[in-house]
Amino acid sequence: MNIHEYQGKGILKSFGVAIQEGIVAETPEQAVEAAKEMKAKYNSDWVVIKAQIHAGGRGKGGGVKLAKNLDEVRQRATDIIGMHLITPQTSAEGKLVSKVLVAQDVYYPGASPTKEFYMSILLNRSTGRNIIMYSTEGGMDIEQVAEATPHLIWKEEIDPKVGLRDFQCRKVAFNLGLSGNAFKEMTKFVASLYKAYDSIDSSMFEINPVLKTSDDKIIAVDAKVTIDDNALYRHKDIEAMRDETEENPVDVEARKAELNYVKLDGNVGCMVNGAGLAMATMDIIKLSGGEPANFLDVGGTANAERVEKAFHIILGDKNVKAILVNIFGGIVRCDRVAQGIIDAYKNMGNITVPIIVRLQGTNAEAAKKLIDDSGLKVYSAIQLQEAADLVAKLIANK
Amino acid sequence: MGVLVGKNSKVIVQGFTGGEGTFHATQMIEYGTNVVGGVTPGKGGTTHLDRPVFNTVQDAVEKAGADTSIIFVPAAFAADAIMEAADAGIKVIICITEGIPVKDMIATKEYIKGKACRLIGPNCPGVITAGEAKVGIMPGFVFKKGRIGIVSKSGTLTYEAADQVAKAGLGVSTAIGIGGDPIIGTPTRDAVELLMNDPDTDAIVMIGEIGGSYEADAARWIKANGNKKPVVGFIAGQTAPKGRTMGHAGAIVGGHDDTAQAKMDIMRECGIHVVDSPAAIGKTMAAVLKGVNV
Repeated sequence: MNIHEYQGKGILKSFGVAIQEGIVAETPEQAVEAAKEMKAKYNSDWVVIKAQIHAGGRGKGGGVKLAKNLDEVRQRATDIIGMHLITPQTSAEGKLVSKVLVAQDVYYPGASPTKEFYMSILLNRSTGRNIIMYSTEGGMDIEQVAEATPHLIWKEEIDPKVGLRDFQCRKVAFNLGLSGNAFKEMTKFVASLYKAYDSIDSSMFEINPVLKTSDDKIIAVDAKVTIDDNALYRHKDIEAMRDETEENPVDVEARKAELNYVKLDGNVGCMVNGAGLAMATMDIIKLSGGEPANFLDVGGTANAERVEKAFHIILGDKNVKAILVNIFGGIVRCDRVAQGIIDAYKNMGNITVPIIVRLQGTNAEAAKKLIDDSGLKVYSAIQLQEAADLVAKLIANK
Repeated sequence: MGVLVGKNSKVIVQGFTGGEGTFHATQMIEYGTNVVGGVTPGKGGTTHLDRPVFNTVQDAVEKAGADTSIIFVPAAFAADAIMEAADAGIKVIICITEGIPVKDMIATKEYIKGKACRLIGPNCPGVITAGEAKVGIMPGFVFKKGRIGIVSKSGTLTYEAADQVAKAGLGVSTAIGIGGDPIIGTPTRDAVELLMNDPDTDAIVMIGEIGGSYEADAARWIKANGNKKPVVGFIAGQTAPKGRTMGHAGAIVGGHDDTAQAKMDIMRECGIHVVDSPAAIGKTMAAVLKGVNV
């Protein structure tokens, strides 16, 4: 699960991580009030108005703007709230901005130059341990840094037996070229950041940039925080931060129906039991000349209710010209699934796209007979290749 | 014979008396698996499915001689169940449970390191040695006895492969479902190594998916060890977009190296017969065994 920057920063702060402070606003008036409050606290007229959406690259799309007085605050907030912000990480339509963070200006001049770093914490899957990944090249896309200057990215692996050690925090600070007070601040920053990551069952922290200010403080200017969905049961407070307006309504519907669904841009929908077989089914659609319109794993119990929900979600996508249902019945009996499909089809009434149903495994023959005898506009298959050939045929006829 | 599980395995079920445990234990017993009992804390001393229930895995090891365990415990308690099995001296631990937090698995993986046990899973369909023992949730009848080993991250795709192998006139020695989570006990490479060393396995089907580096690691190991047996490979997710998790927590394309294409390229370079279509697994295996260059 993803959360907003302001929520992520709130969590970080509660673990003692220094952050760029800010106040959330949902209207230009609230933004102006927030800016006044910021001025009272930090004695600066300058604030940064930051769009709160679940996507990176906000600055590039015009979602992060400096305001130097209250008039500018009102103007910038008016511009950003309600806009459809398009960034390299959003779809072409962009994401509707309903909140902004009125944040402290942290790039103020001072005794030493400011410097931006990159830091993330994530699982290293090949060792099964967490790593802190960091770079002197902050404020940029880390994938570009990895391409151009891979020697400027370092990794520190955490041994689960002893956790993050002090010497590792020092290593980070040394590699980032820090000294004096900034060095000390960085070791504290790293230690508290990892503590936060570990305590909340995060699956990724990305702090880009981490800023060394002109007075040698180390602060998180941004915070991209992802929580392990499987661990949400023990973090009810974080689960309550879920912002459903950030999710595609179809994704919300699928999650509530306990269907694993990912929308894609193709023309052939699919409904499959099992994640691996679902991906393989998408691949076979492509090899048959179509483009997969979605990933959808109905899970182990493909009963009529779930099948109907799944059809509903797939058919909500107007690009879908055909649907391939691919169920390998192991413990679930194919004839029951077939009945579920027939019932769902009849209940929905107005399905106009052709449906190919491939049922293999327990009672596959009986299932095929049920489908064939149903009188519905459904093509049945038992072998995967037969189903693929049917997809190719239907696509060619379009 | 096969690997990991066989007719001599003494199997216990952790989470024996629960819904899932009861259903699948019944199916395993029907298949002929030697289920010697089960563990449900607090129900020790009773019987279930005509077999003894123990309070602890240690009791099951001491009193029933258990050496293999299958875990159906809910996700919040499953990591603890794995550690209990490892501590009690169980040799093969198969964890079916889906949805265990990564943090728990980091600790579990560390805990079992150096112990004389092998963990399969979690989030896997289990292991079956055809005609001998089914320690998993797969439909037994799909796995015709034969000499092809299967290693797979995915459940239903494993059944698909076994079915195609049977349709091609071949059969399965042992099929190992390694699981689709980011942290699993036995990566592809280790499972392939077991089958390479199994005298009852002539060839291997290796099924992977996007995300991580397990298939590439296995392919390089196969090449470095002289391609002793033919391997037919498939990677699911050629059409999966970057940055979206496809059902399995582990199935997500992060960088260039974990796309389906990158993995398939490495596998081909390492002498594996890679199929683009999941419908071609069985017939490709049959052709390879006849000496046809695919």
